[in-house]
Amino acid sequence: MEKLLDVKNLHVSFDTYGGEVQAVRGVNFDVKKGETLAIVGESGSGKSVTTKALMQLIPMPPGRIKEGEILFEGKDLAKLSEKEMQKIRGKDISMIFQDPMTSLNPTMKVGNQIMEGLIKHQKMNKTQARKRVVELLELVGIPDPESRMKQYPHQFSGGMRQRVVVAIALACNPKLLIADEPTTALDVTIQAQILELMKDIQKKTDSGIIFITHDLGVVANVADRVAVMYAGKIVEVGTVDDIFYNPKHPYTWGLLGSMPSLDSQDAELYAIPGSPPDLLNPPKGDAFAARNEYAMQIDLEQEPPMFKVSDTHYAATWLLHENAPNVEPPEAVKARMKGMATNASSDTEGERV
Amino acid sequence: MDNYKPQKELFVPVERNEGESEKISRPSLSFWQDSFIRFRKNIGAMLGVFVLIVLIVMAIFGPMFNEYGENDQDLSVAKMPPKIEGLGWIGMDGTLTTVQTADTLEDAERKALMRFSNQEEFIDMTVLSNGANGEAEVRAVYDPYAAKGLEENFWFGTDGLGRDLWTRTWLGTRISLFIAFLAAAIDLVIGVAYGGISAYYGGRVDNYMQRIIEILVGIPNLVVVILMILILDPGILSIVIALTITGWISMARIVRGQILKLKNQEFVLASRTLGAPDNRILRRHLVPNVLGLIIINTMFTIPSAIFFEAFLSFIGLGLPTPTASLGTLIDDGFSSIQIYPHILLFPAIVISLIMIAFNIVADGLRDAFDPKMRE
Amino acid sequence: MSKEKLVEIRNLKQHFKTGRHSVVKAVDGLNFDIYKGETFGLVGESGCGKSTTGRTIIRLYDATDGEVLFNGENVHGKKDREQLKKFNREMQMIFQDPYASLNPRMKVEDIIAEGMDIHGLAKDEKERKAKVQELLETVGLNKEHANRYPHEFSGGQRQRIGIARALAVDPSFIIADEPISALDVSIQAQVVNLLKKLQEENQLTYLFIAHDLSMVKYISDRIGVMYFGKMVELADADDLYKHPIHPYTQSLLSSIPLPDPDYERSRERFTYDPSNHDTSEEPEFREVRPGHWVLCTTKEFEHYKKEHGAVTTS
Ligand SMILES: Nc1ncnc2c1ncn2[C@@H]1O[C@H](COP(=O)(O)OP(=O)(O)OP(=O)(O)O)[C@@H](O)[C@H]1O
Ligand SMILES: Nc1ncnc2c1ncn2[C@@H]1O[C@H](COP(=O)(O)OP(=O)(O)OP(=O)(O)O)[C@@H](O)[C@H]1O
Ligand SMILES: [Mg+2]
Ligand SMILES: [Mg+2]
Repeated sequence: MEKLLDVKNLHVSFDTYGGEVQAVRGVNFDVKKGETLAIVGESGSGKSVTTKALMQLIPMPPGRIKEGEILFEGKDLAKLSEKEMQKIRGKDISMIFQDPMTSLNPTMKVGNQIMEGLIKHQKMNKTQARKRVVELLELVGIPDPESRMKQYPHQFSGGMRQRVVVAIALACNPKLLIADEPTTALDVTIQAQILELMKDIQKKTDSGIIFITHDLGVVANVADRVAVMYAGKIVEVGTVDDIFYNPKHPYTWGLLGSMPSLDSQDAELYAIPGSPPDLLNPPKGDAFAARNEYAMQIDLEQEPPMFKVSDTHYAATWLLHENAPNVEPPEAVKARMKGMATNASSDTEGERV
Repeated sequence: MDNYKPQKELFVPVERNEGESEKISRPSLSFWQDSFIRFRKNIGAMLGVFVLIVLIVMAIFGPMFNEYGENDQDLSVAKMPPKIEGLGWIGMDGTLTTVQTADTLEDAERKALMRFSNQEEFIDMTVLSNGANGEAEVRAVYDPYAAKGLEENFWFGTDGLGRDLWTRTWLGTRISLFIAFLAAAIDLVIGVAYGGISAYYGGRVDNYMQRIIEILVGIPNLVVVILMILILDPGILSIVIALTITGWISMARIVRGQILKLKNQEFVLASRTLGAPDNRILRRHLVPNVLGLIIINTMFTIPSAIFFEAFLSFIGLGLPTPTASLGTLIDDGFSSIQIYPHILLFPAIVISLIMIAFNIVADGLRDAFDPKMRE
Repeated sequence: MSKEKLVEIRNLKQHFKTGRHSVVKAVDGLNFDIYKGETFGLVGESGCGKSTTGRTIIRLYDATDGEVLFNGENVHGKKDREQLKKFNREMQMIFQDPYASLNPRMKVEDIIAEGMDIHGLAKDEKERKAKVQELLETVGLNKEHANRYPHEFSGGQRQRIGIARALAVDPSFIIADEPISALDVSIQAQVVNLLKKLQEENQLTYLFIAHDLSMVKYISDRIGVMYFGKMVELADADDLYKHPIHPYTQSLLSSIPLPDPDYERSRERFTYDPSNHDTSEEPEFREVRPGHWVLCTTKEFEHYKKEHGAVTTS
């Protein structure tokens, strides 16, 4: 499939009074047409900064893109001027933020907020735009769109507001949709509706989606591929099945092991000890080493490169090196892997890339 | 690097130190230390602090630098211009200058001499245009210090009654600052107590206390102040009372708003579930968390109190003569602004510096305390 | 687990006046018991009154109606200082927001020791320090952390400080109001494991409030499902998951995404429509199966009983 977005070696830093915070430290990933890439990782691992960098929304200063290319349909977004970027934002790439209330303007009618982008990017006139707004609201499942579009955001419930946000993001048929924790603030029942909605729409429009979340349940539900981020780097990337049924990185093991499954009643949860590193002075070697129970001497000294596990599956851990001892993932993860042993290769060695 | 083959020996598991992963590498800083570091990096605010320190030191010690007393009148040396040895180049050379025009040169010269009571030998006359085109212009520079045979210099000159302005300016600064600090302190005590009680106890108490504030706010401030001044004898105390009678309201409102927000924060609830009595919650949890705002607000109150005092004095409701304050000095100076601008100049500079410095410092504090700037 | 009742909640109501004539019935007639040594999970969507329930039980709010019996004694009503202090030591709370639940201007040591200071539990400075260090170690932090300020800690570490603070007064009953919702998945497990460990070591009883159902299922012995201030279903954790009876519970369970792609691909969702209930009759809380209570009308009750009553508990 054709690559819609290709991010190469992205580095983003913030200059704070305490020093340089290296929020993103060399990230590579791509998104294909019609595919959903989920980025997971804990708070502060640089998920939002990565996606804001794609949209050139990093406040500069204090932020800056130190290095890297962001190729969107072959164009390097990092090199575009603000003017050129504005043409892309909202049209080719659009974004959904976490908080539905703050991403809507409380003093503007919902319909007008959706129309704004249409008039600006699609050069529609008012009547055309209004027709499209009704279509969009119908698409996102808001009943009675004709009268709803004349209301203000506070007259909508949380879930409806997020639907409106989705409608705004979809207004210009973007080729790439970036959703930064679009359902974290919502109840599970409403979350389920929004996820269904996004999947439906993707089927119709064939757009690529980058979906940020730290809920692995949501990942399992929406993603085609998953990238796991830790301390500003992608440590493992693969298809959902690769990641959930054949994880290779000890951090991914930790993430999966810390979720109770419905039948693991009394076994203690596998918890990753400690706290994430301070990106103001990232540790030498593997950033995860201090919390990794499988850490080896080399983890403390050198950063692991990406190892290839299969054509779709890569992980950055020295455990995949030919010299590394064979280690068993924790019980909780093994239980998971059993369920899906057929879907993915299970060698413990990878090929270096 | 890519072709580098790591040694086999490196692939040995290491013992993970349990405590290690919970270590915090940054040095421990309290909120106040952290704010202070940020404040110190703010050059403007540091400059403001420096100016304030200089002004306060001068207000305390300035009057001691020469022998003149605050109320030593000597009409023979009235309205002397400022003179500081070595600062002649910025105009503080103790001379008065006038430019006179008339139809003829003689008329102009006569006018200039009359302006300086005909003390010809101390006047240095320059002809600017000789009247050939129908208008003559002369500039006369008069040296009153020589004329009066004075050895001593008046650094800021003297006023209409021959009182030393250096002494009076700094004494006035002292009085003004005193009034402002006192008023701010009283505002702080009343405002914090009122706002704190109103917000903390909430419900009906809050309701009544807010109605009282609304009534007070409804009456124009100036009317209250003028009434107060008329009832009380003019003096420092009555000005302070006049300033504080409505001045505490803004503090009370800020504190109330903040405490309303804080009192439902989970750390306060936690303290309540532990059984903490009200005064402990106020003392340990609420006050320390509004302190930053209280300090900032006080820093903004002080210059506005100084300004208000000056304003009252200027409209004749301020301190009675002969007490000097920046306000009364400016009032004095204003009456002879055209001929003897120096009488107005120095108190005006001082008051401007105080106002600007306090505002810059308060702004700096606000930035330093702002939790949004924190990581 | 003994079947001795520790907390009994009888017809608890908490109504907030929000205007002259409008009232929010945040909690509206709750009845349930919490047994000694168990973990009682409380779930429901945002705004259904879970926090209000917890806060009313611990007396942060005065109940509008009803009573809370702790070891047979009513918590609400007039109390003198001594009695109140006794309750305060027995019952503690862990809060949701790790950023708002610690006073930013206090050192960790003073935060943890607050309960000891209030109740005079430490004889001198040395004992106080020693106890704080012991508590820090219990929750998996270092001694050196005592002199730091909350903003220097990560969310999970802060939450553990909050737990240490609650433990300082040796409570027997702890209300945990969404103690993990604000934390990362990997950190949630740390806190949940810690809570479980503490429960075993100190014979604690928990009221565990959450909206993440898989964690609640994991930690709880029994679970109550709330909907708009009322309890709609109460059952053993396993039973509730295997045989949800109330349509709201069914819709809730069908919406939780699970970290299992295969399962997600084949999941079906229900939506709950409250208007499907028969409104002519006030529903009551009835025991459909042993230990499995559902809010229903007589007709629904008959129906549920026929459909679910016979299934044996696994
Ligand atoms: N404006 C900024 N100035 C300084 N540092 C920043 C700024 N924005 C982000 N950072 C830092 O960048 C790092 C990554 O932040 P980011 O918001 O991408 O995390 P995240 O993975 O999205 O986390 P979350 O799950 O909490 O949203 C953090 O350590 C954060 O402190
Ligand atoms: N002090 C209060 N005054 C007025 N209304 C309140 C107050 N506290 C809570 N409420 C209302 O009571 C209802 C229940 O709130 P509560 O906080 O108990 O919900 P919750 O179940 O804990 O939700 P969440 O999952 O979002 O924490 C809400 O509608 C809320 O707006
Ligand atoms: Mg983010
Ligand atoms: Mg709550």
